[in-house]
Amino acid sequence: MQIRISQEDGTPIYQQVMHQVRLLVSTGRLEPGEQLPAVRRLARQLLINPNTVARAYRELESGGVVKSRPGAGVFVAEGSSPLSRKEKNRLVNERIDALLIEADQLNFDTETVLTMVKQRSNQFGKGTKK
Amino acid sequence: MTDPIVDVKDLCRTFGQTEALQNVTLTVRPGQVYGLVGENGAGKTTLLKHLLGLLKPTSGTVQVFGMDPVANPAQVLSQIGFLSEDRDLPMWMRIDQVLHYYGGFFASWDSEYAQELLSTFDLKAEQRLKALSRGQLARVGLLVAVAHRPKLLLLDEPSSGLDPVVRQDILSAIIRTVADDGRTVVFSSHLLDEIQRVCDHVTMIHGGRVLLSGPLDEILEQHSRMTIRLSKPSKSTPSIPGAIRCEGSGREWTVLCNGASTEPYRWVEASGAEILDTGMPSLDEIFVARIRQAGVPAGEGQS
Repeated sequence: MQIRISQEDGTPIYQQVMHQVRLLVSTGRLEPGEQLPAVRRLARQLLINPNTVARAYRELESGGVVKSRPGAGVFVAEGSSPLSRKEKNRLVNERIDALLIEADQLNFDTETVLTMVKQRSNQFGKGTKK
Repeated sequence: MTDPIVDVKDLCRTFGQTEALQNVTLTVRPGQVYGLVGENGAGKTTLLKHLLGLLKPTSGTVQVFGMDPVANPAQVLSQIGFLSEDRDLPMWMRIDQVLHYYGGFFASWDSEYAQELLSTFDLKAEQRLKALSRGQLARVGLLVAVAHRPKLLLLDEPSSGLDPVVRQDILSAIIRTVADDGRTVVFSSHLLDEIQRVCDHVTMIHGGRVLLSGPLDEILEQHSRMTIRLSKPSKSTPSIPGAIRCEGSGREWTVLCNGASTEPYRWVEASGAEILDTGMPSLDEIFVARIRQAGVPAGEGQS
């Protein structure tokens, strides 16, 4: 599992781990049912506190991204994520805000940004996904 | 809650006229990685020396494993691994002699673990300490500090002056110490990126006083940074309520503020300024801002 810890900004490391695991799951680099590295192992690999990894896994589990099976390990959850609509909206809105701010600074109007989003989405081959 | 490993209450220590530590209180729980940060001379080493029982409090109490380390040196020290900044190793010995020597002190010395570390660190038993490089000496010091599998590992500026490869060995020894059956680490450093990477709890000491203390993630989440553009240029630093530090020039200023406070935002709105960027500051930025805000400490000197 490829995760990079950045210390340029103050985003807590457990959030960085969570975000990147989510990304790996949503891009299919990690498949449903696939096992994640054990807490200690990932901690030693990334040189971060095991408690931090444990916290990231815990929060990913309560977000429905992974499932831990006692004695066996932590696995990517099967099926769609049971995040609430509100939570999903919040996550996407956060990203949209960041995008709009950036675009505004670079003098792109919202229409242009929308077109660009659609173009990128088509390149992902996910334009028709519901 | 489990009993704390380290429990310091209202610790004060004076050296002559100098107040090296003033009302320091901190609690370290089992399995924590606890970071002490502060400028040189802030009192970090003095604090660690109290945990080792090398110094007696002027007032206040220090308990390690529920005992007073001054009154019970043998019981306390046998369970502590310590790496000092000026690693005082017997320079005339060979590495195998050092291992034999330190192994004799500790009933819990794990020779197998020592051998394993020796090969991990690429050290040879027959090498003499005086022939070793700075980085190799640091590794020997580290080996000696962890090979008796101490319940508490104390590291005083373990990485200062070392290259990135040795620093990684030190970090991975810390991670390993906590990952293997939840032992506890307290370390001081002014390399804030290391602290940010491995600590779950941070105490910032400035001029012998605790300036800021709490879970690392909370400290990070409680601070925010924004860059603003004023409606007209300002020659002097704008005084923004709730800001910890404000830096910049002309129209553009970067403000570090308490993330929970809405005051700076209300000020920005009222003054007609524009927010260009917001973000989360690193521990390093928070540290510098807090130290500058606190100003010159009253009790200068002493480390």
